[in-house]
Amino acid sequence: MKLAMLGEAWRAMGANRLRTLLTMLGMVIGVGAVVLMMSIGQGAQYSIQQSINSMGSNLFILLAGHTSSGGARSSSGSAHTLTISDSEAIAELPGVQSVAPIHPGSAQVVYGPNNWNTGVIGSTPAYLDARSWSLNSGNAFTASDVRTGTRVALIGQTAALNLFGDEDPVGKTIRINQSPFTILGTLNPKGQSMDGRDQDDSIIIPITTAQRSVFGTQFPGTVRMIMVQTTAQDIMPVVEKSMIALLRQRHRTRDGMEDDFSLRNLTAVADSAAESTRIMSLLLGAIASVSLLVGGIGIMNIMLVSVTERTREIGIRMAIGARERDILLQFLLEAIIISVLGCFIGLLLGVGGALLTNKLTDTMVIISGSSVLVAFSVAATVGIFFGYYPAHKAAKLDPIEALRYQ
Amino acid sequence: MSLPVIHIENLFKSYQTSAGLFPALKNVNLSIAANEFVAIMGPSGSGKSTFMNILGCLDKPTSGNYTLNGRAIAELSRDELALLRNLTIGFVFQGFNLLPRMSLLDNVALPLIYCGVEKAERQQRAREMLAKVNLEDKAESLPNQISGGQQQRIAIARALINRPRLLLADEPTGNLDSRTGDEIMKLFDALNREGLTIVLVTHEDDIAQHAARQVHFHDGRIISDQPTPHLEAAS
Repeated sequence: MKLAMLGEAWRAMGANRLRTLLTMLGMVIGVGAVVLMMSIGQGAQYSIQQSINSMGSNLFILLAGHTSSGGARSSSGSAHTLTISDSEAIAELPGVQSVAPIHPGSAQVVYGPNNWNTGVIGSTPAYLDARSWSLNSGNAFTASDVRTGTRVALIGQTAALNLFGDEDPVGKTIRINQSPFTILGTLNPKGQSMDGRDQDDSIIIPITTAQRSVFGTQFPGTVRMIMVQTTAQDIMPVVEKSMIALLRQRHRTRDGMEDDFSLRNLTAVADSAAESTRIMSLLLGAIASVSLLVGGIGIMNIMLVSVTERTREIGIRMAIGARERDILLQFLLEAIIISVLGCFIGLLLGVGGALLTNKLTDTMVIISGSSVLVAFSVAATVGIFFGYYPAHKAAKLDPIEALRYQ
Repeated sequence: MSLPVIHIENLFKSYQTSAGLFPALKNVNLSIAANEFVAIMGPSGSGKSTFMNILGCLDKPTSGNYTLNGRAIAELSRDELALLRNLTIGFVFQGFNLLPRMSLLDNVALPLIYCGVEKAERQQRAREMLAKVNLEDKAESLPNQISGGQQQRIAIARALINRPRLLLADEPTGNLDSRTGDEIMKLFDALNREGLTIVLVTHEDDIAQHAARQVHFHDGRIISDQPTPHLEAAS
């Protein structure tokens, strides 16, 4: 019985092919747009997520306060208010997973005939944990290397490529600002940071070594930056408060005086970037949904015309025993077939368009099963929703009025 | 005598027109027994077609009682009326009313879809009906590929496929020439002999001659109800 109805609907659609195709086109464009936009949006979200993950999660950055001399204020970190013992004290706070004091800089690095200017980061083994940065080969330096100021280094992929080419860097000796360093291990690639820097173009050495042998510092034991990782994201505000209280106490900052350090929540920055891409992809989806809606209205329009045109046919069917639900089903099926078929074609076009976008512009696209499923179910719903009113109108016709209709 | 197939008491029907309420049927009383062959006659505008549509459960009376096969029509829902039209009544129209895009076989089988008969059985029964009206070779043709007389035979096959008790025909020969009209009437005669109750609307005397009883309408009232005077032997 249902099958027979399907055949009827198919026949009715075939009777006016051009009109059926044009009606379907509304759905095709709507679904195609939704799938394409969702693929691009999800691709963008994924790229952002990748950069966030490469940065490390649940991170705070503590910067030393600034100095001012003769009215000219220098940047944060120029004063020597943070110390390595501050970082050790922070590590004792509840909710803190790892703490890494950082002395960043850049230096000319030489290996054999090659030389290369690269970022040199002085830190502790905790730095790798905080950044969730793993080793590709060799070993990391240890806490005792930091204590004794050993001249050892870990090298990033880009720096390794520029200095060593195809050679294995582990165990080799390089010179950083004239001082010899032994490479203990190589780091796995991490890609671009959120601001577009190549994070792999860097060398990591113990912070004590960096301060004594590479950059030098007037105030040993002070540090410009401390990276703090919490155990979970939701406790970050609590940890932030206790960290500020601890540092104010340690630095003997009186009430009413400004902090002599500044604190940034890197995760919050990253989250807002992720949030804005999420909103962008939602917006794209919303705009595409409007075309789906327009497609649905097109279906309703044509179904209304079709019901009027076939009033006499409806009358005949009622005269030979069609019930309301039979007529309803007949027209509803027609609307559903048009929208589902249109949806299917739209899906193919949307996926094709997404792949083409990826090929032509290198934009990251993700075609997920869920977005396909969403588009499909929305289309079917649109078909039922916009097909229902015309079908209901047909089913409620008076048999004798319908039969008399010319 | 057994219960009448059709029993009508004090039936009124009026239409709302721009000129006010127009009474199409005024106090009609009629009883038709099983296996009768009744011709409803009268000039145009006399209310005979309105009466026919009420008999066929396509239209509802304004007031009065209509009992079909022992069931009071006024109490039935739209779906129950649809079921009556599907199973108990066969309706044949002046304009044939076949669905133009369907093969003749599908046209004949269409009523069976609405009472849930499976496809194989639908096709088999439709073929049997086509054979009964001598059009089995036209099963896959479309309605516009055959003559008017053939179309009316298809319409009759469609009306009869659910083995109804009652066949209603509203000027079934009105669009046909007299020779094909005569063929249709012979088919009706044969069906009546098989036990089918037939009610036929016509304004032609020689068509009405096929019926055993003639009911004349004038101005919305029955003015005469009598056996056909000179019943010709159906050949």
